[in-house]
Amino acid sequence: MGEEEEVKLLGTWYSPVVLRAKIALRLKSVDYDYVEEDLFGSKSELLLKSNPVYKKVPVLIHNSKPVCESLNIVEYIDETWNSSGPAILPSHPHDRALARFWSAFVDDKWFPALMAAVVTKSEDAKAKGMEEVEEGLLQLEDAFNALSKGKSFFGGETIGLMDICLGSFLVFLKAREKLKKEKILTELKTPTLYRWANRFLSDEMVKIVVPEIDKVAKFIGEFEDSAQSVASKS
Amino acid sequence: MGEKEEVKLLGVWYSPYAIRPKIALRLKSVDYDYVEENLFGTKSELLLKSNPVHKKIPVLLHNNKPIVESLNIVEYIDETWNSSAPSILPSHPYDRALARFWSDFVDNKWFPALRVAAIAKSEDAKAKAMEEVEEGLLQLEDAFVSISKGKPFFGGEVIGFMDICFGSFVVLLKAREKFKAEKLLDESKTPSLCKWADRFLSDETVKNVAPEVEKVAEFLQELEVRAQSAASRS
Repeated sequence: MGEEEEVKLLGTWYSPVVLRAKIALRLKSVDYDYVEEDLFGSKSELLLKSNPVYKKVPVLIHNSKPVCESLNIVEYIDETWNSSGPAILPSHPHDRALARFWSAFVDDKWFPALMAAVVTKSEDAKAKGMEEVEEGLLQLEDAFNALSKGKSFFGGETIGLMDICLGSFLVFLKAREKLKKEKILTELKTPTLYRWANRFLSDEMVKIVVPEIDKVAKFIGEFEDSAQSVASKS
Repeated sequence: MGEKEEVKLLGVWYSPYAIRPKIALRLKSVDYDYVEENLFGTKSELLLKSNPVHKKIPVLLHNNKPIVESLNIVEYIDETWNSSAPSILPSHPYDRALARFWSDFVDNKWFPALRVAAIAKSEDAKAKAMEEVEEGLLQLEDAFVSISKGKPFFGGEVIGFMDICFGSFVVLLKAREKFKAEKLLDESKTPSLCKWADRFLSDETVKNVAPEVEKVAEFLQELEVRAQSAASRS
């Protein structure tokens, strides 16, 4: 672009959705300042000013203009730094529609089911929730086979929107598997997805920005304990 | 494009979500076949086959390839028939991010609150939801003022993405105002939105595809009767 660019990312180290923005910025080789927010303490003035509607991370601030909502941010990065790095959204309108559809599925259906299953104290609700999670993984396995067309990622040869969207939850998933000693993503049930997951996490663009699984496992443990004690009080 | 295009839209006449692709197709002067689904009866084979994940309308079938999720469909239409003016998404990445942000706000925050206000049984829950609806309208008023920059629509001179997203709810709002004899779009609170809403409904691309307020009001009445009798049976 030539002119002096100011790119700032407000986030938290453990958040999967913040990871999305980090991966996208790396894919496009964009330098940025990272600001760690303390969401359990008090939110910064900058965060409250930049995202007054939701007061959440991530927020990308580009030359002082804030962009909010993780997938919005990824599309913005893709469109703004479009001459750099691989295209994150596919080029064909139908493939773009598919990428957006499955990303919405992950965010609006699959991940909420996973979260509900992990915080509930009721064994019934947990079992039902996990069924939904597993069914979702089977649907995502099919989606991967259809979208990747035999290539390494949902996006084809390189990481795309759907890889970033679902991939951002992988560390959380693996951390949970470690913490609870139970497998959620298995080679037996969803072999292509399982292999994709390992491929994604070891990718050059990803492995440097993802948080460590052990750190996240510890964090989740603490978070779930406090969430469950809140739930039992209400 | 030249070749024979087959464009089919599956919808229901009263659905705000189904209005969105209709407006987009009209903006792009695309001919299409419309199929009215019966959501109280059985869903058609075509619908179930085209949208196996959510089984919902609208579904756009373009040369037999299904695209689902209303805003996805609108973006697809914009990208596919991109040589037909006008452009539905703004051209600048930042404006696009804003359009997507506010559309997401309407669909995932504002309208769900309105739905709760409509169907909640407890007066408390109803009142709380209505507060959220009203607060949302104030936020949308501010958004309109800053995004339109004095022009008639969110999209500027012509209807754009955010107009389609939020505008698709205007008939429902007016129908509800008629049915419940209560003002939702209040000139004293959100003057710009009120004027925009009338402007939107009388626009050439909208007025022939939006359902009549009277008909929707009657339908809302029928829905309430059904909901109440279902509730009294359970």
